[in-house]
Amino acid sequence: MTIYLNKDSKIIVQGITGGMGSKHTTLMLQADADIVGGVNARKAGTTVELNGKELPVFGTVEEAMKETGANVSVAFVPPAFTKDACIEAIDAEIPLLVVITEGVPVQDTAEVFAYLQGKKTRMIGPNCPGIISPEESLAGITPHTIAGKGPIGLVSKSGTLTYQMMYELRDFGFTTAIGIGGDPIIGTTHIDALEAFEADPETKAIVMIGEIGGDAEERAAAYIKEHVTKPVVGYVAGFTAPEGKTMGHAGAIVSGSSGTAQAKKEALEAAGVKVGKTPSETAELMREIMKNL
Amino acid sequence: MEYQAKELFAKHGVATTLGVVVETPEAAKAAAEELGGVTVVKAQVKAGGRGKAGGVKLAKTADEAFEHASNILGMEIKGLTVNRVLVTPATPPVEEYYFSFLLDRANRGHLCIASVEGGVEIEEVAKTNPEAVRQIRIDALEGVTPEKAAAIVDEAKFPAELRDQAIEMVQKLWKVYTEEDATLVEVNPLARLEGDKLEALDGKVSLDENASEVRHPDHEQFEIREEADPLEAKAKDLGLNYVKLDGEVGIIGNGAGLVMSTLDVVAYAGEKHGGVKPANFLDIGGGANATVMANGLDVILNDEQVKSVFVNVFGGITACDEVANGIKGALEILGDNATKPLVVRLDGNNVEQGRAILAELAHPLVTVVDTMDGAADKAAELANA
Repeated sequence: MTIYLNKDSKIIVQGITGGMGSKHTTLMLQADADIVGGVNARKAGTTVELNGKELPVFGTVEEAMKETGANVSVAFVPPAFTKDACIEAIDAEIPLLVVITEGVPVQDTAEVFAYLQGKKTRMIGPNCPGIISPEESLAGITPHTIAGKGPIGLVSKSGTLTYQMMYELRDFGFTTAIGIGGDPIIGTTHIDALEAFEADPETKAIVMIGEIGGDAEERAAAYIKEHVTKPVVGYVAGFTAPEGKTMGHAGAIVSGSSGTAQAKKEALEAAGVKVGKTPSETAELMREIMKNL
Repeated sequence: MEYQAKELFAKHGVATTLGVVVETPEAAKAAAEELGGVTVVKAQVKAGGRGKAGGVKLAKTADEAFEHASNILGMEIKGLTVNRVLVTPATPPVEEYYFSFLLDRANRGHLCIASVEGGVEIEEVAKTNPEAVRQIRIDALEGVTPEKAAAIVDEAKFPAELRDQAIEMVQKLWKVYTEEDATLVEVNPLARLEGDKLEALDGKVSLDENASEVRHPDHEQFEIREEADPLEAKAKDLGLNYVKLDGEVGIIGNGAGLVMSTLDVVAYAGEKHGGVKPANFLDIGGGANATVMANGLDVILNDEQVKSVFVNVFGGITACDEVANGIKGALEILGDNATKPLVVRLDGNNVEQGRAILAELAHPLVTVVDTMDGAADKAAELANA
């Protein structure tokens, strides 16, 4: 099995007519994702042809869901409009909302997160590469050619480190690889993904990738200690990051003595997670575990 | 900086005294004369502990203001040179309190921290008397209503005679926080002055860069160009995501996570090569074309500390042949200005074609290494040569 996304997922794209939206819809179609349409209020009723497929454009998420049976939305909406796009999707009760957009004002995300409470939608992101269940579906921008299906589950804050780790472990393959995003506030956390991977019988081991900033990794470590029985291998980026500087991702910042890579590594190790010093060493640790399973 | 925070406070009606920002002792003297009476001369840098560092002085006369400003201007506080001082009327507080709104990452919302004890020494109070430091969560949808503001003031145990003033100030500070898209609005100290008047005596505001980009073009005025590292300023003008560090191996990569990881891997490799370290963070994102690559190399090669450059790209969406052509084009654009050895590691999408382009180029400065660890080792070795 996979988590959150599988071959039966029907996907719509919010912002399908934009540059990023149309480019990545094409790539998702190439990955055999079942894209069933898009949303753009100003182009409702038209169609777009991408990768040789004629896709209907709807005025609202609600209408798109009603007409196509979509249960996943991927949002490539400019940052100024992302909050409204998310609220629209949540109101339509889309089960999974993947927000790729980078640069969303964090107070907007805080509002969206508060709005999500008690609703039926799971949000991944913003500022993330999305989610791929290799050979089944892709809702996001992860290249589908890196690795195939297999027994490893992967959760990461970073896009390129997701790609790097999938590449290192391409001989094993993945149930699902999920990039949760590098913003200070995100919808789906390491803990959510760990819980889902723990419950998925086909996932045999988990790679968890973190980076400086916040305390999500420390909290994930505490969760692993209590609730995760499957082997977990970890990697944390940003040991050399200076204090007080944002390293690319809006959330990647060491404030005073908190949010350091060292603290995260120590917390994970204390929870029994093997933590690699480099991506390749982390892959090696996973290789050892897979050999002995 | 303090004076900028106060400008934002004043904009939203928070009681504060702006004072006068000056860059010379003469102007400080003039400001003190204008204000009359006892003044305070305060160093304006983005760092805490200015008072302890000798950056805040009381001046009884305008001549004293001149003298203090002469001493403070040019002084270094936590590595930052003081280029301007704020001259304000001295308003000795009767009591000092602490108040802030901030982004609460752990709870994915907002938090208010308030204390009627301590003020400036809030961190000390938090250790010795944590009960006195109240933390109150704010719902992002509801925000701070008059009722919520009253609840905060009561929870923090503000004196009854200040209650109404405090409730009003809390709401105005929330306006600063939301309308300016801040991630931190801190008043420290929040002072009770003679005559039971509440005033923001000093403060700090951190703004969300994403929001400034999207809806606050006016926030650009808060950027202090001369304090930024010149290479960082140049990179910013070129639209590059660059952070200057103290090291010898220049780094270019794609994706924030991979670049952070690259810095770490280079630092480990450097342990075997005379302790060389990464010189910078530079994320060129997905669009690794010749212009972006040339701009990135240009910034890094202008860093005098840099001895070698490591280009680490994982081709996800970007194809490695595009990246290789980017490197080729960049070297053509830079010509004789490219003087330092380049170690390139490419992996992922179209890697064979990418490596073939670089092999054909056979540029004397370029070494291609297949793995990230191997390439980091080579780059560190070259930086130590």
